[in-house]
Amino acid sequence: MDPRVLRRVPAARAQFALLGALAVATAGLIVAGATALATVLAAAAEGRLDRGALAWFVAAVAGRALTAWAQGAVAVRAAATVKAALRGELLGAVGQRGPGWLSGQRAGELATLAGRGLDALDDYITGYLPQMLLGAAVPVAVLARLAFADWGSALIVAATLPLIPVFAILVGWQTEAATRRQWRRLALLGGHFLDMVAGLPTLRAFGRARAQAAAVRRLAGEHRLATMRTLRIAFLSALVLELVATLSVALVAVPIGLRLLDGGLTLGTALLVLLLAPEAYLPLRAAGAKFHASMAGLTALDETFTILDAAPAGTDQRAGGPVGAWREIRFENVTVEYDRGAALRDATLTIRRGDRVALVGPSGAGKSTILAVLLGFVAPASGRVLVDGVDLRDLDIDAWRAGLAWVPQRPHLFAATLADNIRLGAPEATDEAVREAASLAVLPVPVETVVGERGHGLSSGQRQRVALARAFLRDPALLLLDEPTARLDPASEAAVLAATQRLAHGRTVLMVAHRPAMLPLADRTITVQDGQVTERATEAAA
Amino acid sequence: MRVLLAMTRPYRWRLAGAGLLAAGTDLAGLALMATATWLLISAAGRPPLQALTVAIVAVRALAVGRGTLRYVERLAGHDAVLRLLTDVRTRVYESLAAMAVPVRHTGDALSRLVSDVDAVQDLMLRVLVPAGAAATVATLAVTGAALASPAAAAALSAGLLLAGLALPAAALALTHRAAARVAPLRGALATDAVDLTAGAADLAAYGATGTALRAAAGRAAELARVERRLGYAGSALDAAGVLLGGATAAAVVVVALRSGASGVTVGVLAVLSLAAVEATLALMTAARLYPGSRAALTRLAPLLAPPAPVAGGSTDVPEADVVARDLAVRYPGSDRPALAGVDLTLAPGRRVAVVGPSGAGKSTLIAALAGLVAPTSGSVTRGGHPMHEYAEQVRPRIVGGLMAEAYVFHATLRENLLGDGDVDGALAAAGLLDWVRTLPDGLDTPAGADGAQLSGGQRQRLALARALLLGPRVLVLDEPTEGLDPDAADRVLAGTLTAAGPGRAVVLVTHRLRGLEGFDEILVLDGGVVIQRGTHVRLSATPGWYREHL
Repeated sequence: MDPRVLRRVPAARAQFALLGALAVATAGLIVAGATALATVLAAAAEGRLDRGALAWFVAAVAGRALTAWAQGAVAVRAAATVKAALRGELLGAVGQRGPGWLSGQRAGELATLAGRGLDALDDYITGYLPQMLLGAAVPVAVLARLAFADWGSALIVAATLPLIPVFAILVGWQTEAATRRQWRRLALLGGHFLDMVAGLPTLRAFGRARAQAAAVRRLAGEHRLATMRTLRIAFLSALVLELVATLSVALVAVPIGLRLLDGGLTLGTALLVLLLAPEAYLPLRAAGAKFHASMAGLTALDETFTILDAAPAGTDQRAGGPVGAWREIRFENVTVEYDRGAALRDATLTIRRGDRVALVGPSGAGKSTILAVLLGFVAPASGRVLVDGVDLRDLDIDAWRAGLAWVPQRPHLFAATLADNIRLGAPEATDEAVREAASLAVLPVPVETVVGERGHGLSSGQRQRVALARAFLRDPALLLLDEPTARLDPASEAAVLAATQRLAHGRTVLMVAHRPAMLPLADRTITVQDGQVTERATEAAA
Repeated sequence: MRVLLAMTRPYRWRLAGAGLLAAGTDLAGLALMATATWLLISAAGRPPLQALTVAIVAVRALAVGRGTLRYVERLAGHDAVLRLLTDVRTRVYESLAAMAVPVRHTGDALSRLVSDVDAVQDLMLRVLVPAGAAATVATLAVTGAALASPAAAAALSAGLLLAGLALPAAALALTHRAAARVAPLRGALATDAVDLTAGAADLAAYGATGTALRAAAGRAAELARVERRLGYAGSALDAAGVLLGGATAAAVVVVALRSGASGVTVGVLAVLSLAAVEATLALMTAARLYPGSRAALTRLAPLLAPPAPVAGGSTDVPEADVVARDLAVRYPGSDRPALAGVDLTLAPGRRVAVVGPSGAGKSTLIAALAGLVAPTSGSVTRGGHPMHEYAEQVRPRIVGGLMAEAYVFHATLRENLLGDGDVDGALAAAGLLDWVRTLPDGLDTPAGADGAQLSGGQRQRLALARALLLGPRVLVLDEPTEGLDPDAADRVLAGTLTAAGPGRAVVLVTHRLRGLEGFDEILVLDGGVVIQRGTHVRLSATPGWYREHL
């Protein structure tokens, strides 16, 4: 077992230990069952029924059924424990490090891992791992029993048993080398079908869609030939392992048969050797067969630990000071650095309560970063943000955010009712309050409507109005708007603009404005260019 | 399922052969243990050595034979199924290519389609072939046992029926239940994961991260609970299999002894029973895998039906204008038209630019002009024929070119041009020729998976060269200079217009309003309707969207 799993998920330790104990018990029961059955068959050869031995045999089989059940059950428990714990850590990492830590790619990776990726661990924990434990325990028990019964046979088994891992590794190398030689070709041929289907719109646009069917067939045929060439080598490993196991049975059975002829061995012992010998090889071969399926789980495990280890320690966990009704927010020489470079350089600006400030400038200039700093998503690399003279870092971030509402460019909607989506920042809000917020935001859809994942089923304009309704319900002192009318058609833009105007009334507003239609809402205009801010005196707002 | 079975027809003998080889492998294993047991018990009676030679040779032969059979069987099975898969891939591709309404496959749907096709392989190799082999082995084992002791054969067949029918049926039911219980929970959890990552900022801003985390943890715990319960039941079936093997062997011993079978027979039958039950349990594994591949196959079935023969369509390409009259397009499931009331005449040599905010209907307009989308009302005609009634392979040479989302294939640059003719001329106009000449392999350089070896600008130029090489009567250019720096964009646009020549109409869709001075007409689209039209000179003198965005 990966020691990192044991370290990260202490709850699973006892379950893995139990799996080990069950493997030992299974090994004992296999030996006991074979011993009893050999006795029964030796007696039967003389025409009598050894009831005592038969009872022992049935009892051993029943015991083995019980351990088989327990092993499966414990393995499933362990898998569920590990998956739940790692899921919790992955998702908790987001909660703790905040959205600033999540870049686009990392967010996608994390969502896949925490969603379905970790389920790949099932094959590893419930399939491969128990077999490996049996592979360790059973051969030892079988060899011990054989040594006790018949030295010669024990030696044959002991000599051939190591051939299984040795050949598995040798043939594995061969296969890998062969596959690597062919890899590019196999990947190209295997991916061709996907490539053609993905490119179908383009092929259609060029009138080539039907003509390419012949190419699909030809390359699929070539893929078959290339795959078969690799499989011929890959299956050799199974062939060798199978031969080692079956030939050992022949190697054991024929000499003991001859010794029986001489009378040098009792039939009971001979049958015991015959029944036990194959059991020694079985678990290792079964583990080998399950190894391939467990690889996806190990990969998921690696990715999980890579993400968790790369996650910086949480920064949002400080207990901060209380947040009052502030009068002024000051950015003092604030610089913000992202991985891709500085987004804000030495920015200084002041926002007084009641100001309605428009941030303008080309895209990528740092406008949204100013909002992210105020939201506490990113911390300044240098400089500070003061709220009535107190550093934002020293405030209780939850209490500070409770006084904000944020309408982003692309609000995230959850697969739930619109009412639940609007309630995001005010879970206690009554139905009437939600409805009122929706109507203030001119949401044209009933709040009982259920939307799909990522708000599927709503247009951009409708999503934007849900975000506005969220803000209405939040009733914030400071309103942060990030181009709420970007990507909207004219009709939606007018509706969203009117709602925004109502929302902005009587509040402090900081808005990123791209479209000229937003500007009349502002009484100050600040230009952001290449991360630097300059305020220009606004002509009296219309 | 029936469609797939029809497709297996050419490979029926190969698949049956693989099944027989699989059965042979299991039988060789059974025979090996049975013969070895016979050898030992007989030897204990101290017969002359000659009486045992056949058995000794048989044991050695079966030992070698079993492994060899397994190897041959796996190769034969994979070969047969990969042949079938070639047909399945081709058929699926043909069906997709023949669809009247093109389905745009997003990443998820695409990878599911590919894994659904691969599920055919699982269904054959891990369900049907092993199930057939197990049934054969069970039948032969009972037959063999009946020859030695009919009473014991009855006990054995009872055990095999339980192992081969009852347990697989239970496993099937359990897998169905698991799919019904677990799949929605896993889906919900995947949604949680997306919400907590993609929606992290919204949650944090509204102080709802904690609540969402707790809800997700609750669902994860519920999933763990369900998985545990199902796991207990699944392991109980495995345990029942173990118990069944032992109990069958014990019953066979008792029954055979009672019926007065010889000592050798009893021993052989007991060992045979153990091995036969074990081989039959393969049916349980097959039953567990069946629902998954079945579901994949059900999704795939519509694409496996033999595609309808190609509707003829007009293939002659007379010289005539392409004319749109009161053109409107409304996509299914949308409450407003994507395009309405558009009139446009494209005579040879005419230069038309289409501008407007994103989502205004620009791409829909060119799709309708190209006959890729049928008008909901109004018409696009050429020489009196509706565009979408032209044969599919002819249409692009009437109206075609660089459409939205040009795909770069995992092939060489030459193959990616999708045509031949004045390749150098097209590459030069797109500004790609100088770069191609610096490549050691020239046009035979691979573009990489999804064009990964190319920069964004090179991709765009490649797509443009492809459009020029196609040489349609009406050349459509959807954002041809996307991703190029302003100077390069101006150069490439000018080069392309020159290369298009005076005999060809050009429709340029762009969000850049630079370089439109030479165009005969500029259409400003917004919300699916033409809100302004005219030359650059006129529009830049008129208040409105165009002047605002200059």
